[in-house]
Amino acid sequence: MLELFAFPGGVKPDSHKEESARTPIVPAPLPPLLVVPFRQSATGGVDIRVQAGEQVLKGQCIGSAEGPFGTCVHAPTSGKVVAIESRTLPHPSALAAPCAIIEADGTETWRERVPLDPYATDPAQLRARIREAGIVGLGGAVFPSHVKMNARIDTLVINGAECEPWITCDDRLMRERAPTIVAGAAIIAHLMGAKRILIGIEDNKPDAAAAMRAAVAAVGQGEMQVISVPTRYPAGGEKQLIRVLTGIEIPYGKLGPDFGVQCFNVGTAHAVARAVLHDEPLITRVVTLAGNYVRPGNVEAPIGTPIDALLALGEPKADTDRIVMGGPMMGFVLPDTSLPVVKATNCLLAMSPTLFPPSPPEMPCIRCGACTRVCPMVLQPHELYWHARAKNFGKAQEYHLFDCIECGCCAYVCPAHIPLVDYYRFAKAEIRAREREKAAADRARERYEFRKFREERDKAEKAARLAAKAAETKAKLAQEGAEAVIAAAQSRAHAEEKDSS
Amino acid sequence: MAYAPHISQPVSVRAVMLKVLAALVPGIVAYVWFFGPAILVQIAIASLTALAAEALMLRLRGKPVLLFVTDGSALVTAWLVALTFPPIVPWWLTVTAILIAIVIAKHLYGGLGQNPFNPAMVAFCAMIVAYPQLMSQWPRAEMNTFEPMLRAIFSSDRQLDAIVMATPLDALRTILRDPEQRATIAGILGSHATFGNIGGRGWEWVAAGYLVGGLWLLQQRVITWHVPVAFAVTLAVIATGFNIANPERFVGANFHLFTGGAMLGAFFIATDPVSGSTTPLGKIIFAAGAALLTWIIRSFGAYPDGMAFAILLMNLFVPLIDMHTQPRVFGHRRKSET
Repeated sequence: MLELFAFPGGVKPDSHKEESARTPIVPAPLPPLLVVPFRQSATGGVDIRVQAGEQVLKGQCIGSAEGPFGTCVHAPTSGKVVAIESRTLPHPSALAAPCAIIEADGTETWRERVPLDPYATDPAQLRARIREAGIVGLGGAVFPSHVKMNARIDTLVINGAECEPWITCDDRLMRERAPTIVAGAAIIAHLMGAKRILIGIEDNKPDAAAAMRAAVAAVGQGEMQVISVPTRYPAGGEKQLIRVLTGIEIPYGKLGPDFGVQCFNVGTAHAVARAVLHDEPLITRVVTLAGNYVRPGNVEAPIGTPIDALLALGEPKADTDRIVMGGPMMGFVLPDTSLPVVKATNCLLAMSPTLFPPSPPEMPCIRCGACTRVCPMVLQPHELYWHARAKNFGKAQEYHLFDCIECGCCAYVCPAHIPLVDYYRFAKAEIRAREREKAAADRARERYEFRKFREERDKAEKAARLAAKAAETKAKLAQEGAEAVIAAAQSRAHAEEKDSS
Repeated sequence: MAYAPHISQPVSVRAVMLKVLAALVPGIVAYVWFFGPAILVQIAIASLTALAAEALMLRLRGKPVLLFVTDGSALVTAWLVALTFPPIVPWWLTVTAILIAIVIAKHLYGGLGQNPFNPAMVAFCAMIVAYPQLMSQWPRAEMNTFEPMLRAIFSSDRQLDAIVMATPLDALRTILRDPEQRATIAGILGSHATFGNIGGRGWEWVAAGYLVGGLWLLQQRVITWHVPVAFAVTLAVIATGFNIANPERFVGANFHLFTGGAMLGAFFIATDPVSGSTTPLGKIIFAAGAALLTWIIRSFGAYPDGMAFAILLMNLFVPLIDMHTQPRVFGHRRKSET
């Protein structure tokens, strides 16, 4: 039996998993029009490869990966690209980015698919396949997976903790598709040279754990273990789960492979298996419909499906006043439900004032320390709040502001109802903006100094050239002058000779 | 728009304050049992004055009056003032003390959550310096003397001889420091009517009441163990050590813990989060320092009880203590570079 480690802090909100976890995942109907953003992760770049009017096949790459962090983007179904235009993304920033508007033809005609044998394929090629399949972290952070796989590790952690209340997409996926997840985990472990695979699942999901155990037993993978971890938010945080399963603490600024460990979500492992073994890129994902619905549950939706179409499947009750993408601890309120499903859309939480009462008025901090007891990063949230509020950003960084994972435990327990995480996000954004400004100013100064240097250098060179030329001319003149004098003298001499002869 | 998290625990500042008030009830019941209902009169005067002063200051500062007046923090200050003062001080002394606590020590520093010093202890120190005599007239235990006590509170004609008696700490100190008496501590504790089984007569039961309420606060997670345990252990260790070294001069741990403000201080005053340290180690240092200073002032100082001064002195150190007791951040090494 594996020894488990505790992570500090954490909270135990009501999990509310039962409502949406009761029924199997249902495929969402294919919408007539899909909106596929070319930007599927915050870091990745994409080169748009289709034009309006072009016919596309299901799974066809419509945007190829650019730069080290780029991943491909695919047509989720066959049809026609009717437009490429900028649309608002379902992201807290609510920024707009180019999207392909695809009219489905309903035939679901696949492009040619070429399955790979992962154990007979060169690792670089395997990684390229994962990148070309557009695989990003499906736990919600959508970080490009191929970047995380570019390392050798000892221990692979597969994250099936799903600690956010209400969300059950990973729970259902593990119950229904455990063999695929296990196959994906084995592929990643093979690719990264991991000697053991630890699959962590919160102990409030016994069915998922049983299904996963059965799948592991079926393949008889040597060093693969399914481990039930205590249910405590945020046990599914990458750093928290790694700590629980291995005892390793990864500080801010370090990565898992620095400690011989890497962590992927169960959904990501599932996507890796589909991509490698069946050459199906990441064009659908499981989305939980939880909260104020008539029919809560999980749906598997093509990326680009309008969120409205999914909501209709769950039927939000009449008093629903907002939809949160993500869970109640870390999700954000969607500005508009016509936005498309993206790879980060793990849950569409319907909220009503009765189910999620608005926060009571904010009071001053009384330094009660409730936040310090629940912070999984062992920060002093009240000190961070104090300095962030005072815009004393240097001090906030001294108190390790950037170690904050924004899990929301502090705000969850705050008796003064202070939206603490907002203050940290604000402080982080300000600090980053200032750093960008400073970098920009530095670059401008460097440019200016270089221009001055160049101008002076050019001036000096020009002066030197002119001087050289002048000297040359002078010398030439002098020489020409001398020659002329000689010539004149010679001609005179000739003339004299003639005269005298 | 509201941002994450979208859920929160059903907790509030008001609930925290009401729990503190509820936890004081067992001590108050013992108080009334042994010393009569005069303390209830003082609590009422203190509470009304505190709420009025709070409302006035909130209005002057342009803050939402109703929201903050009902947060319960002024009542906690009022009750602590009433419970640390002699129950027979004149009404105007209680009123003045509350005004000092609420107006000066709390609101002039920025109101709830902003005061560097414990308001009740500021009021106590101000009053014991300004009115040392009134602040040292304590009633006798086990006498149904409500009427003269009431007269002492509201009338200028204070005939106190029948009801007043020195507190145990005061009595012990006076006798021990009088070379004529040649008294031993055992002799004093055994003979004198002021003393009970382990502390002062009656007072030991009040302290026991505070202990019960304090343990409930611990169970409710309103406070953590660090402050009461560090305070009690430090006071007990020092008192026991000196008592063993010189039993003629220094009284033992039980007496220290069950007399004066020790138990109230350990669970209700040193645990004040606003003016205390917030890190686990910081809380221990804060409470241990307060206990040490309390013992020093009790044993060598000019005042019989040192709790209030000890708390205020330690309040001064809080920023320094907090700064040097930051816990190890997840993943960082202990002496992490900042």
